[in-house]
Amino acid sequence: MIDSIRGQNLLTLNDVSREAIIEVLDTAESFVEVNRRTIKKVPALKGRVVASLFFEESTRTRLSFETAAKRLSADVLSLAVASSSVKKGESLRDTIATIDALGIDAVVLRHQSSGAALQVSRYVPHVRVINAGDGLHQHPTQGLLDAFTVRQVLSERAGTSGLESGAKLFDGLRVLIVGDIRHSRVARSDIAAYSALGCDVHVAAPGTLLPADIENWPVRVVDDFDEALEWADVVALLRLQRERGSGSFVPSLAEFTRTFGLTLERARRLRPTTIIMHPGPMNRGVEIDSRVADLPSAVIERQVANGVPIRMAVLYLTVAGSSEGVS
Amino acid sequence: MSSGELRQTPPGGLAFFAKSQLLTGEEVERALKRMAHEIVERNHGLPRLSVIGLQTGGVAFATRIAEFLHDIVGDDVSLSLLDVSFYRDDLNRNPVPKSTATTIDHDLTDQTVIVVDDVLFTGRTIRAALNALSDWGRPRSVQLAVMVDRGHRELPIRPDYVGKNLPTSLDEAILATLEGVWIGTKGES
Amino acid sequence: MSSILLRGGLVVGPQSSAVADVLVVDGQIAQVAAQVAAPEGCDVIDASGCWVGPGFVDLHTHLREPGREEAETIESGALAGAIGGYTALTAMPNTEPVLDNVALVSYVLDRGARTPLDVAVAGAITQGRRGESLAPLAEMAELGVRLFSDDGTGVQDPSLMRRALTYARPLGVRLAQHCEDELLAAGGSMNEGAVSGRLGLVGRPALAEELMVQRDIELVALTGGSLHFMHLSTSRSLDLVHDAQRRGLPVSFEVAPHHFTLDETCCEQFDPIFKVHPPLRPRADVDALREALRSGTIDAVATDHAPHAPELKDLPFDEAPAGMLGLEYAASLTFEALGDAPSPQRFFSVLSREPARIAQLRHEDARVRHAGHGGAVVEGEDANLVVFDPETNWTARNEDLHSHAVNSPYDGRALRGRVRSTIAKGVLVVSDGVLV
Repeated sequence: MIDSIRGQNLLTLNDVSREAIIEVLDTAESFVEVNRRTIKKVPALKGRVVASLFFEESTRTRLSFETAAKRLSADVLSLAVASSSVKKGESLRDTIATIDALGIDAVVLRHQSSGAALQVSRYVPHVRVINAGDGLHQHPTQGLLDAFTVRQVLSERAGTSGLESGAKLFDGLRVLIVGDIRHSRVARSDIAAYSALGCDVHVAAPGTLLPADIENWPVRVVDDFDEALEWADVVALLRLQRERGSGSFVPSLAEFTRTFGLTLERARRLRPTTIIMHPGPMNRGVEIDSRVADLPSAVIERQVANGVPIRMAVLYLTVAGSSEGVS
Repeated sequence: MSSGELRQTPPGGLAFFAKSQLLTGEEVERALKRMAHEIVERNHGLPRLSVIGLQTGGVAFATRIAEFLHDIVGDDVSLSLLDVSFYRDDLNRNPVPKSTATTIDHDLTDQTVIVVDDVLFTGRTIRAALNALSDWGRPRSVQLAVMVDRGHRELPIRPDYVGKNLPTSLDEAILATLEGVWIGTKGES
Repeated sequence: MSSILLRGGLVVGPQSSAVADVLVVDGQIAQVAAQVAAPEGCDVIDASGCWVGPGFVDLHTHLREPGREEAETIESGALAGAIGGYTALTAMPNTEPVLDNVALVSYVLDRGARTPLDVAVAGAITQGRRGESLAPLAEMAELGVRLFSDDGTGVQDPSLMRRALTYARPLGVRLAQHCEDELLAAGGSMNEGAVSGRLGLVGRPALAEELMVQRDIELVALTGGSLHFMHLSTSRSLDLVHDAQRRGLPVSFEVAPHHFTLDETCCEQFDPIFKVHPPLRPRADVDALREALRSGTIDAVATDHAPHAPELKDLPFDEAPAGMLGLEYAASLTFEALGDAPSPQRFFSVLSREPARIAQLRHEDARVRHAGHGGAVVEGEDANLVVFDPETNWTARNEDLHSHAVNSPYDGRALRGRVRSTIAKGVLVVSDGVLV
């Protein structure tokens, strides 16, 4: 169990404690304030070099990380190593060695293979590795920004600040995660975060989109999706991971939407206080109806906005907390 | 607090072991009041004044000084808090401090900024504060008010208003709160 | 005349053991008795405290030549085998190109003949190992090939497997199957279970292996062809084959040391060193295999020695090739798994005598110039012997490997028992743990 990510790599949320998560959320609050200033910059990572290495293209996440690094005054090396048939088969060790030779303090890595971030961290133990999504495995900053968004919305409603709320408002909070759990790294990170924080997590998905050993997970599989919608305080929708083959696990997108999509009709059954979330990018009309995405209870844009302060918090804690500068 | 009694410093810091009390709460109160008067006098009233308390030790003092200033002049005095963690030059060597709120919500250009902290020691915290403040514009002047100046400056920084000058040795520590000022040592609890 | 005298070891026969001296002269066991006199110019080996038995026979070795010599060659593999106490290896056909015709089989037999060991060849069952049409089994059998396999994968099409068994039967050869249904295995990279779910790795369910085992047992019953099941990894697979053996069906099986030593949690750090097909299983299966070894219900131990060039094991876990080294540690791992009072009979049975019987290497075969292996250690037999020290404790180290490759999962592991000397075809190849 990791009690703090200071000076550590952030590869997975699986063995990260409640204290560690709250530390990130609390630190992110400071960076929300920084992001409101005219000069949205602090010198905390001045002189440090952060490489962003994206084997899987994702403009939004990459920009979010790079913005975060720049707002901490770090120098950013941006490498969008888009995965082509040429790139597949290239040794991770060689790629990271080339970049490391330039002298980096941290690498933000996104890769199509599960475990890639952990493997890279073994090659460069002196570099802080931040997992921006590895295959089906984990997407830790997404889990953190989702929890942060929930805390932000709920504490606003209660008239307190996020810092004051701490972890209390997660106790017993009813979170329903819907969709392609089996192939989703966001699901794995979200479940790890919400369970560590003390939420009551249920999942809803077609049988084929649940992992084979779901009975070992700290979640409950719901029998009735529509009933569960009324139960939930937070409904977190997942994207159907078509590029990871989930298309063949359901007969058709239409059938998926009919059985597990958040249609307008289903959205009407939600309690007025229920929060709707989606990690993006949305397949409008598949897992979420277009009009539902634009409802006030859908906080998708907030999730996106919170990406930068959360990633600033992660970079600050993991990199600034490291005892070595660039040698 | 009697000598030998433990007083925890903010999380991430070491524990403080008191040896003797140097100022009582009343003496602290009197010093702050005197400093408030000095501020008013030196600045010919309080046009465009912003009091900024440094997290976390300067917060209580800044609040009290702002109250005194309000009593003296009658107008509302702008009070903000500043966390300088992100501006420190020693992040490599010291543990990353827990972040606290920064509440500066207005442009500081042309303002007279009074930075308030509990103890002035090496001067590095104040340097970080000066660095931070420049992100909110170009103040007309920045003045420094501290409850205790304990010496051992490592940078060319000097206070404008001092509650008490207390020469110390490097292995000693000072704890300053509204309840009083103690001298002692810092260590693992 | 060259002679070697193994002095004072525990000579392990098929039923009993006794301390004796073993004299080897000109490639044959000349004398087994107490206090044998050493002839002039004889190499005397002090085997006191050690076990002396038939050299180990590997049913399952990937020698990578032709095509992947950067990982291993027939020669380097043979030397690694000798260090591990092996006097005979069976080269698997998944080379590049595949060993599915007499030309390539001859090539490997020739190269093998130049090594100190006997290198038998397993020919492919289907052309190119594509699983579409039969390879020329009869032609290859004429060269002396006794074992056929598409290893790397199993024959997926049941009608083709039926045809292969039927065709092979009158040839007096044995087919060997890598049991994994590829569709069920779904391209997974580790065992399907709690660990794969947590790690986000596609899993290969145990059923992918067990279903093909069941299928092939019934095909054997239908056709009468004999079948050897390779690297069985689950408790249920063992139950299925034991049941078939009780039915009197001509089936045999092997287990690999990694399957009775390592479990699926080894994959938790995403280190491709631990990636293998069939995959490392849960602890319960590992324990079941160990229990079966101790109780004597395992037919044979085979290494499935699978060298890979180091950069290939640096790839992401799902892209890296499957397979780990095994020749140099199989004996020690088997010894350790046999428990606190290991039976020397059982040890040599699973590592030498049974594999020799299954590979049909018990007796000399002039066509392939192979000597006899897995013998009783009596006068007149070919001298393929190993001296094993059960008392030594040592540590596996990658820098000590003789294989070209270094993909061993045992680096740094404490081991019990060690091969001291290996005599292959009457020649002292390994003495005191090093190549002569």
